Amino acid sequence: MNFAASPVLELTLPVWRSRFLLYVFVAGFTLLLGRAVYLQGLNNDFLQAKGESRYSRVMEVPANRGRILDRNGEALAISTPVKSIWAIPGEAHPTKRQLARLASLLEMPTAEIEKRLVDPGRDFVYVKRQISPETAERVAGLHIPGLFQSREYRRYYPSGDVMAHVLGFTGADDIGQEGVELAFQERLAGKPGSRRVIKDRLGQTVEDVESIKAAQDGNDLTLALDARIQNLAFSQLKAAVMQQRAKAGGVVVLDVETGELLALANFPTYNPNNRSKLAGAQLRNRAVTDTFEPGSTLKPFTIALALEAGRVRPESVIQTAPGSLTIGGATIRDAHVERALTVAQVIQKSSNVGAAKIALGLSPESMWEMFRDVGFGSAPGLGFPGEAAGKVRPYRSWKPIEQATMSYGHGISVSLVQLARAYSVFARNGELVPLSLVRVDAPPVGRRVMAPKTAAAVRSMLEMAVNRNGTAPRAQIMGYRVAGKTGTAHKQENGAYAPDKYVSSFVGFAPASHPRLVVAVMIDEPSAGRYYGGVVAAPVFAQIMAGALRVLDVAPDGPMQPIELPPEGQEVKESV
Amino acid sequence: MARLNLLLLAVLAACALSLVTSQHQARRFFGELEQEQERSRQLGVEYGQLQLEASTWAVHARVERIASRQLHMRVPEAKRLQIARPQEAAK
Repeated sequence: MNFAASPVLELTLPVWRSRFLLYVFVAGFTLLLGRAVYLQGLNNDFLQAKGESRYSRVMEVPANRGRILDRNGEALAISTPVKSIWAIPGEAHPTKRQLARLASLLEMPTAEIEKRLVDPGRDFVYVKRQISPETAERVAGLHIPGLFQSREYRRYYPSGDVMAHVLGFTGADDIGQEGVELAFQERLAGKPGSRRVIKDRLGQTVEDVESIKAAQDGNDLTLALDARIQNLAFSQLKAAVMQQRAKAGGVVVLDVETGELLALANFPTYNPNNRSKLAGAQLRNRAVTDTFEPGSTLKPFTIALALEAGRVRPESVIQTAPGSLTIGGATIRDAHVERALTVAQVIQKSSNVGAAKIALGLSPESMWEMFRDVGFGSAPGLGFPGEAAGKVRPYRSWKPIEQATMSYGHGISVSLVQLARAYSVFARNGELVPLSLVRVDAPPVGRRVMAPKTAAAVRSMLEMAVNRNGTAPRAQIMGYRVAGKTGTAHKQENGAYAPDKYVSSFVGFAPASHPRLVVAVMIDEPSAGRYYGGVVAAPVFAQIMAGALRVLDVAPDGPMQPIELPPEGQEVKESV
Repeated sequence: MARLNLLLLAVLAACALSLVTSQHQARRFFGELEQEQERSRQLGVEYGQLQLEASTWAVHARVERIASRQLHMRVPEAKRLQIARPQEAAK
């Protein structure tokens, strides 16, 4: 059989058909190749990222804010995680029962929650911030769609109002707003980190790919503050302010050897854990940010300068009779007319006339320098926000009457911290020590501002002011020798001295033989009838000093005899 | 030659399987590590809360109140105090 002759095979296809198919295939493959190149070459990064986003996640690693501790390691401020509940308005549709449960869990009225959930103007709303993790877990257990939780930190202050002004507080985002929290924000704040992980379809992390940024917890901060002394100072101050029906008050306790701030209390105060009702007066850290005319507490500096310049000696006699002195039309008066007083007695009896007479023998420039040297007119450098520098006017503008009044602390303004620090000069044998809010390990180097001999002479005068013939017998402490000075000053109101408003103060140190602590007390506008520093502020000083010396185990240097006090109202009145 | 190939195939299969198991184990261990780390964070949080609680209970005002009201403690009077000085004790 001749197949070749088959008529079927005679049929020939046109050549173009096979060509056509070939081209179609070539074109198809070219298309695929092009697509492959596009996907794997040109568009690779985008697709890779898309693919990774299916399993790879960047997770935030939270960091804690550091704790604030007192000098003995007691916790004063701690951050602990809390939860905030938030929602996308319009997407959360709880049932009636869920809503009722939610309202009772969050302790909020139902209507309030409903209002927040339907707020059309926003696409994010906090239902409630900073609730405890336990409550948050129960809220999560309600399974309300459209309701979410996020982790936040909340700062707690176990000591409450006692050290509110020192510690300050943080805002809702755990950022310092006041006090130490603000001053040491950098050090305390933690830096949250992040890392990339691979998650499986159940949402569980299966592999750690890389750490993008390591989380850094904030550093703990150890303050110089001693919680026991702080508590003592606060409770005594509070009692005194209440008892004297005063407007406000402040206490500063300094360690003489190290310049550390052991306690700083203000009243009125506030509870940093609950700041819903806060008034400006409560928030003010008066001892640091407010200045006042100190009054007689400045006399020792005038005397020290006169001693240093060799103008007087402690036993030099100053005639203060008839108890008044007229300079350029203005008259300086003593509350208590004395006759001739020694320089030491001028301090002991707190004679304005005596101090003014001594001051007029000194040059304005040297007085100005002395005030600047002991730290007046410049911020004390504790590091608190808003530290007041006080006011010492340039000496070129002083009139003689002003120089005379400045010698006993009028026409000059200082803060309580500055005053306490200035007294450390007498306590430290003439050295001014830098102050510190945080615990210091090595005693700092002081700056010499007067001769040790002068400081010692003033110290013994200050000790006389506290004995029963001085202005402050109530500052005595059993078992310890105390040195200090009272101050009573009229308050300035609208540029004139108010006749019935006073600032009573007392600054002193103990034990006088080897000073360890300086305590400064200021009571603003005592209005229970008494206003002399020796009656209002000195007893507070004695209580705090006695307690603090006991807490610090300072060896007594005085006789263990009960203190003799002159009868009420009979003590030497200081000049105002 | 075929025998060698078969042997290599078996080795390859074994390697592949062990890779799968070790990867699985790695993930399991990682999961455990995650859990432990979470636990350590939780414990850290709890430690902070306990510290807070301890501080709250030990607030000086409270200690003082309990000492004076419940335990009737007070600072001794002056005449009942006697100070022992180290140098006197040494004599």
